[in-house]
Amino acid sequence: MTIRIIGTAAILAAGISFAQAQQLAPSPTLDAVKARGNLECGVHLGLPGFSFANDKGEWSGIDVDYCRALAAAIFGDAKKVKYTPTSVQQRWPILQSGQVDVLSRNSTITFSRNATLGLNFQGINFYEGQTFIVRKSANVKDAAGLDGASVCVAAGSTEEKNAADWFRERNLKVTITNFQKNDDAIAAYDAGRCDAYTAGVGALAGQRIKLKAPDEHAILTKPISNDPQGPVTRWGDERWQLIVRWVLNGTIAAEALGVTSQNVDEMKANSKNSEVRRLLGAEGGFGEMMGLPNDWMYNAIKQVGNYGESYERTVGMGSPLKLERGQNQLWIKGGLLFTPPFQ
Amino acid sequence: MTSFLSFINDKRVRDWIYQIAAVVFLVGLTVFFVRNASENMVKAGIASGFGFLWRTSGIEVPFVLTGYTQSDNILALFWVGVANTMLVTVIAIVLATLLGFAIGIARLSSHWLISAIAGAYVEFVRNIPLLFFVLFWYFGVIAALPAPRQSISVFGVAFLNNRGLTIPLPDGMENFRIAGLVILACVLGYSAFSIWARRRQARTGQHAPTLWAGLVLLLAVPLLALTWAVLATRWDIPALRGFNYRGGFAVIPEFVALLAALVTYTAGFIAEIVRGGIQSVSHGQTEAGSALGLRPGQVLRLVTIPQALRVMTPPLTNQYLNVLKNSSFGAAIAYPDVVSLFMGSALNNTGQAIEIIAMTLAVYLVIGLAVSALMNWYNARIALVTR
Repeated sequence: MTIRIIGTAAILAAGISFAQAQQLAPSPTLDAVKARGNLECGVHLGLPGFSFANDKGEWSGIDVDYCRALAAAIFGDAKKVKYTPTSVQQRWPILQSGQVDVLSRNSTITFSRNATLGLNFQGINFYEGQTFIVRKSANVKDAAGLDGASVCVAAGSTEEKNAADWFRERNLKVTITNFQKNDDAIAAYDAGRCDAYTAGVGALAGQRIKLKAPDEHAILTKPISNDPQGPVTRWGDERWQLIVRWVLNGTIAAEALGVTSQNVDEMKANSKNSEVRRLLGAEGGFGEMMGLPNDWMYNAIKQVGNYGESYERTVGMGSPLKLERGQNQLWIKGGLLFTPPFQ
Repeated sequence: MTSFLSFINDKRVRDWIYQIAAVVFLVGLTVFFVRNASENMVKAGIASGFGFLWRTSGIEVPFVLTGYTQSDNILALFWVGVANTMLVTVIAIVLATLLGFAIGIARLSSHWLISAIAGAYVEFVRNIPLLFFVLFWYFGVIAALPAPRQSISVFGVAFLNNRGLTIPLPDGMENFRIAGLVILACVLGYSAFSIWARRRQARTGQHAPTLWAGLVLLLAVPLLALTWAVLATRWDIPALRGFNYRGGFAVIPEFVALLAALVTYTAGFIAEIVRGGIQSVSHGQTEAGSALGLRPGQVLRLVTIPQALRVMTPPLTNQYLNVLKNSSFGAAIAYPDVVSLFMGSALNNTGQAIEIIAMTLAVYLVIGLAVSALMNWYNARIALVTR
């Protein structure tokens, strides 16, 4: 009797899993993540506000929050993430070779990276613009005032080429010294080797905290480039790319729809807005379509919060960086953040 | 059948077969790895091949010897890196050898304080990692030098600050070419004269005034020619404008720091090689030299050093190769060598890791083998000739 029950259950389970396997395209990455029991996420070596480990080894930041949201969507537990800190040089090989499942490391989306490195960019979680940090005593008002200066930069970053191009176009002469790591470049700037250090506005706000006397330095307000940044995956495994893309979209949609970590339970139970209900898995079965539980975004928002909550906590007014929302505001409030509908 | 067996049992034939099998295996293995890598890269959507070398580099380099600008291609950037690696290696080898010899001989001094200081230096250097030296010199150099506005002026034409040493550059090289030809003629003339003088001395025993000829031909005339060239050329003298001195050529602090680190570090090892080499010459040789009436300096120069060199050359070769390889530590302090520029900036811009790392490897291999060949030739020349 017991054998028969077990046998029937096994056949039933096999049938269900077979039906599921037929429904979904194979996703070796998702299968590996589930089998491993945690998400491998490539992050920055240490950039306050974006990805930074405190003295207890706990990671925080807006890029880290994305990893946590993704883990919550997959496992229902935002803590199931293993962070791999990567330098400017290491980030692509580590992702290409499969050592991490996703890279969330304030890296700029560019054509040649997309076309020749086998990388896909799955959306934008931070609109960055390159600018410079200078000593207040140098009395520089904008980037053009840096004519003749020497600038420290991380080798192989988009900033390295951007800066060279920008000054050459304007017939200005700067000496660019290329360091292997962001931290080496900022240390040399702090030691007086360079008149300026260049990186994105948000990155500079984070790096400035590390300087010996942060108050003696000013960040030039007008950026010389636009550097959209977001999570990156390898080519192939479309279903994994779908998950990475829509978890990011989900956090932005949640803010637009007014879903927060505080009211998510109430919204899931009582909201009459069907997009909210689909987002939180009350209807539509969207999670299953990707091979995730239907409460994927409910878990992500409950544990990590929507995009706005994450922004304010990591780089915004609730953080030492004190960045305005600016371009990183929802499109309905004058920013650039936009997400396709959950329909 | 017996002929086949005797053929296969011939030692020469078997040796050939083993050699061919080994080569086929190696070539096969290489082909397998290359094809495997390129197939997998195509699958992963990663570009491969060497076409990227002709793309515009767009990277600004602070220390260029080759005339490269950022609108040149990536191959030109590669050559900038190679030139910078070779520059720092060659200068570091020369200076480290000089310093190492001095310390090595000082260690053997009968003066207690001198030998103790040399001994302490060697122990200190040998027990500290090179990266520490590089960073120590780098931040030491930057901290010790003043900001551009407080630059140390050298006769009002060269300026030293924490952006580097800015030296004047000539506007044209014509005058220097003429001076160079004059100097070359002097050197050729002097060697012809000294050969003639030696032959005549051997034949007739008469002395010729070689010292005077040397002073005139090798010192006075070249100095005059150079002075004329310097004065007749227009110079681009650096001037302070805005943040730093403009014009001229800047020797960057990264170069100075890396050079200082390589020299001070390698000198410690060379000193030990020199000491060991000299001590390997038996005391009887020194005594024999003294018995012939040679002074201590002459004994060192004519008896001890020539014999010690034989022992010293092979380990010195190793140290020279180490200098070459250790020059890649420059990447830690933004010295634009081949590792920093090519494996750093270019690799990140193109993402073509396999090609770029293979090319960088080839650079070190080629230079390293060239250094080895040169040192082996020198070793063969000074080796004890036995009949």
